[in-house]
Amino acid sequence: FKTVFLNVFLMMAEERRQKQCSVVLPTESMKAMAESVGVGQLQEDSCVALSEEVSYRIKEIAQDALKFMHHGKRRKLTTSDIDHALKLKNVEPLYGFQSQEFIPFRFASGGGRELHFYEEKEVDLSDIINTPLPRVPLDVSLKAHWLSIDGVQPSIPENPPPATKEQQKKESTEPLKAVKPGQEEEGSIQAKGQSATSAEVKGKEKLRMKPRSTHELSVEQQLYYKEITEACVGSCEAKRAEALQSIATDPGLYQMLPRFSTFISEGVRVNVVQNNLALLIYLMRMVKALMDNPTLYLEKYLHELLPAVVTCIVSKQLCLRPDVDNHWALRDFAARLMAQSCKTFSTTTNNIQSRITKTFTKAWLDDKTQWTTRYGCIAGLSELGADVIKTLIIPRLAVEGARIKAVMEGPVVSNIDKIGADHVQSLLLKHCASVVAKMRPAPDVMEQYRADFGYLGPMLCSHVVKARAQAALQAQTVNRTTLTITQPRPSLSVSQSGGVGGSGGPRTPSIIKVPSSLTLMSTRPATPTQPSPPATKYIVMATSAGAASTQQVITLSSSQSGSPVTSTVPSGSTSLQPLVKLESGGGTVAGSRPLQKYIVVSLPSSSSSSSSLEHKGGTTATSPVTIETSVKSERSESPATHTHSPH
Amino acid sequence: WLRCRNHSEWFDYEMARSVKCCGCRQCNISFSSIVLFIVLSVGGEDQPDVSVVLSAYSQQGDPSLYQVYYSGLKKFIESVLDCHRAELSQLFYPLFVHMYLELVYNNHESEAKAFFEKFSGDQECYYQDDLRVLSGLTKKEHMKGNETLLDFRTSKFVLRISRDSYQLLKRHLQERQNNQIWNIIQEHLYIDIFDGMPRSKSQIDSMSGSLAGEARREANKAKVFYGLLKEPEIEVPLDDEDEEAENEEGKPKKKKPKKDSMGSKSKKQDPNAPQQNRIPLPELKDSDKLDKIMYMKEATKRIRLGPETLPSICFYTFLNVYQGLTAVDFTDDSSLIAGGFADSTVRVWSVTPKKLRKVKSAADLSLIDKESDDVLERIMDEKTASESKILYGHSGPVYGVSFSPDRNYLLSSSEDGTVRLWSLQTFTCLVAYKGHNYPVWDTQFSPYGYYFVSGGHDRVARLWATDHYQPLRMFAGHLGDITCTRFHPNSNYVATGSADRTIRLWDVLNGHCVRVFTGHKGPIHSLAFSPNGKYLASGSTDGRVLLWDLGHGLMIGELKGHTDTVYALKFSRDGEILASGSMDNTVRLWDAFKAFDDVETDDFTAATGHIHLPDNSQELLLGTYLTKATPVIHLHFTRRNLLLAAGSYNSQ
Repeated sequence: FKTVFLNVFLMMAEERRQKQCSVVLPTESMKAMAESVGVGQLQEDSCVALSEEVSYRIKEIAQDALKFMHHGKRRKLTTSDIDHALKLKNVEPLYGFQSQEFIPFRFASGGGRELHFYEEKEVDLSDIINTPLPRVPLDVSLKAHWLSIDGVQPSIPENPPPATKEQQKKESTEPLKAVKPGQEEEGSIQAKGQSATSAEVKGKEKLRMKPRSTHELSVEQQLYYKEITEACVGSCEAKRAEALQSIATDPGLYQMLPRFSTFISEGVRVNVVQNNLALLIYLMRMVKALMDNPTLYLEKYLHELLPAVVTCIVSKQLCLRPDVDNHWALRDFAARLMAQSCKTFSTTTNNIQSRITKTFTKAWLDDKTQWTTRYGCIAGLSELGADVIKTLIIPRLAVEGARIKAVMEGPVVSNIDKIGADHVQSLLLKHCASVVAKMRPAPDVMEQYRADFGYLGPMLCSHVVKARAQAALQAQTVNRTTLTITQPRPSLSVSQSGGVGGSGGPRTPSIIKVPSSLTLMSTRPATPTQPSPPATKYIVMATSAGAASTQQVITLSSSQSGSPVTSTVPSGSTSLQPLVKLESGGGTVAGSRPLQKYIVVSLPSSSSSSSSLEHKGGTTATSPVTIETSVKSERSESPATHTHSPH
Repeated sequence: WLRCRNHSEWFDYEMARSVKCCGCRQCNISFSSIVLFIVLSVGGEDQPDVSVVLSAYSQQGDPSLYQVYYSGLKKFIESVLDCHRAELSQLFYPLFVHMYLELVYNNHESEAKAFFEKFSGDQECYYQDDLRVLSGLTKKEHMKGNETLLDFRTSKFVLRISRDSYQLLKRHLQERQNNQIWNIIQEHLYIDIFDGMPRSKSQIDSMSGSLAGEARREANKAKVFYGLLKEPEIEVPLDDEDEEAENEEGKPKKKKPKKDSMGSKSKKQDPNAPQQNRIPLPELKDSDKLDKIMYMKEATKRIRLGPETLPSICFYTFLNVYQGLTAVDFTDDSSLIAGGFADSTVRVWSVTPKKLRKVKSAADLSLIDKESDDVLERIMDEKTASESKILYGHSGPVYGVSFSPDRNYLLSSSEDGTVRLWSLQTFTCLVAYKGHNYPVWDTQFSPYGYYFVSGGHDRVARLWATDHYQPLRMFAGHLGDITCTRFHPNSNYVATGSADRTIRLWDVLNGHCVRVFTGHKGPIHSLAFSPNGKYLASGSTDGRVLLWDLGHGLMIGELKGHTDTVYALKFSRDGEILASGSMDNTVRLWDAFKAFDDVETDDFTAATGHIHLPDNSQELLLGTYLTKATPVIHLHFTRRNLLLAAGSYNSQ
């Protein structure tokens, strides 16, 4: 009788939702329970009587259990509440049904019988023995924070965001109705004070007036704004990473949003004219951080942000030396930002996506457009997805191929054009290959491709073959392990390895950007026997103008956590020694998903760096010499890192 | 008792509860000695035996006609004048319940079911919980052990109806010869007839909702001495030092008038205050006097709160408790926090830099020079200093904790039926007070120490003194679990909130129930007296906070805003602001001064208790402060009027 109690209780809970009164257990359940304790033929009458009695008692116990829930200050009824309620009634509690969460019963039916059963999985002992011990649950601790200071709630991470996204939206779309929380009472007080002093007519007028929105920032906010913007465009990469992290996560930024937006848009305007590539990159990273912040309602500021982003995609010139500087990466990054904002903000009213597509296409179709702009347009379009590539880019592959051919094989007009054409070519191949692979049936015949796509045909063909092979491989892996492996995808790719674009000279590329928000998501294998996902390689290059460049390859193999293989390949003179610092917090404990930080810092010797700056003759801003990169891999990010799930 | 618990059956338990002197049977205390303390206040009635109670239903009527009777009455009430309809509508619920129970008792199962289904939807929404209990009750056998039913029978449901309406009803029933309903009214209901205007629907709604109807008018007539006791005069040698210090800072003038006002206030004898020695209070010790001085000093630095100057709120979040935090208390000087947990432990934290230390062991103590000046410092064991201490002893979830005013003791009440007294010098359990045999939901120390009150599932609140292992008073009368207990600031009264949706105020001197407040629509989970002792605030599971005037015995305000159970209520030290904390993760601040000020208390309302509540919750709400995911379960104002809140973070 007792052992089936929870079983019954679960069913009752289901049924209660439908109708509150006169729920009685079905007699079949009584029969099933009787059989389970060895009573064979139970009379129908006894079943009815029993089920009524049992239902009544269970309801009684459930009502008592609720009391324990209320006094336990919880919203969820637990098994221990029922135990205590049973104890009240002088009934032995049910042992062995402790559960933090739901009651682990499963439902099954068959042969006209419905059953709830306790699922007991077979546990492999070796699994238990081999898994490292879980972390000890943290002890109870006490933490204090300010919920309110003199009646105003401070925007700190411990408090909920001052205005939720919905409220911000409401404020921008229906400014008359919006009332900010926290300012609520001040508003009413002001209203009261004013209506007391002014005539009643005025009071009525006031009702219709738009409440003055507060644009003044507090002193703290002003300080914060100053610090953040300085860090974002300053020279210290560590500070920048921190600032961007703050922009991307802090809940209370919405009041500063207009300022940030103007800062970015003005910054882009000025720096495009000055061809200051580094600053443009920093500003784009700010845009990314703003978009990553889940508490901000950006829609109001798109008119400032989007033009800035588009500028960074399609501008004719973004840097002082277009032949060497890697402005392509910035275009790629901005294009990706654009695609992201199209995805999040495009609606039927603002039509962002179609407007942007139109802009790109128009610029691309123009014959006089420069290769740089051309590259930007294609990058922007191709980031918008396979459909856009299919309808807009692939039909024009032949035309574009002819144009590239003219530059590549024709008389040398200018080095810059040649680099541009080369980039456009690889970009087209990169994006089109996978789409073409899906469009065309399997056998890839070189000649057919040449016929269809002209100059680019043969190269496209080989790319498509590769794409197919990769897809097949991935499909296999998925089938074999049923483990989803998310490959790390740097948000800004580094494509600077050795002699790009045939620059050939002694000069090494001077801009290398590795995004700060490089997120590693390689899943840890569940059991040691499973194949580990392919090792991930990051190439971090540090260069200085003095022809001293170091290449550093970090291989992160997911199977052996916490010990990445770092090999340093010095190229040229070895005056620059990279310093690799590795912090891995509790990386050996499986299952606890700790925070891992990899900080890769490469430091030039101070004297050489400062002197090299002077050598470059005023190009300091475009070629930061010191490159510090922090690769952060946060495996689990919960609102409070203190709380650690015991499961 | 334990043996009995393991082997006895359902009905043992029921018997124990119906006799309502829980604690006597199993606790080796002679029945007669305990019975002396029991004060039954249910209209002087004795608690009758179950079978006797039930047999009242044995009279037979034609079961098929019940529906006709009920709908006939319904039709009549719907047809009367508007002014009487609201009043007479009160009859529906008790009649419905009693008719249903009669049907069940006389084994007309299907008729009972049909009756319930037809008319249960008509009842007021706040009776849903009781209706749910009733709906489960379909057989005569079930009635034997059901407490809700017993309550319904033993205490007459109280209705307050104007004379005109009553006459109307009486005439109707006599004309129709509707004896069935008339009998129920005669036997099971208590109709409190008053002269004057019939009440409006909103007036009735605000007072109804309790398990047994409204309070009878005479229940709230007794005189309550709600004034504060005279503060003992303390020669303040330390105060002078403080003044000198202030002088050095260059503010000599401010200090003096304040001190004078403090002195004069304490000298005035409040006409509403009880006699100083009405109940014996413990003598002040030297340390208490020091603390009083500290209090006065702090009080001079207190921020005067108001709608323009809201308090700052400091939130203490308990982390990693996995929904296990059940109770919290702060000391009056805000130096210690105690938490009760579902895993039976009590933890004490120091929130000041001063760490918690135990007293040395007896062997070590004997080595100490007892004549030295710093003997109090020497007896402490430096090795045990830590920020928090855990107290083990209970065998079930701890539902209530309370510090003694002198910070030497801590009380905790638990599911295991005991109240434990802990020493904060040795961090050990000193006494386990056994008396409640069922979970003890709440306990609280008297503001003067020594006494404490506890209340729990057995529906009896007990008053204890720390040096007696038996209770001094037992307050019986509630029809549901006692969910919270609070001492009046003058220590002469105790308020208890209950699951029967009433609040009762008990006189510590004689054990009488002097106030019964009805109006809540859910179990009451928090109570707070205003610092001047005049008012009481109460919060319940329906999220409403009600304000009561103790002197007149009136409801004077309703604060709507919370969307879930209100677990914490506290007045600021001056009584200007009421803070409420709730399961809906908010702390709300209310303008208490305005709420009490707005009430018009003319003689008529005072005499009849028919208050018309202004719907001004929005005006009174001064602020709402949302936490991320932390239900607020305790609030406390520091002596300088900083608001402290506490709760445990729920990660979901």
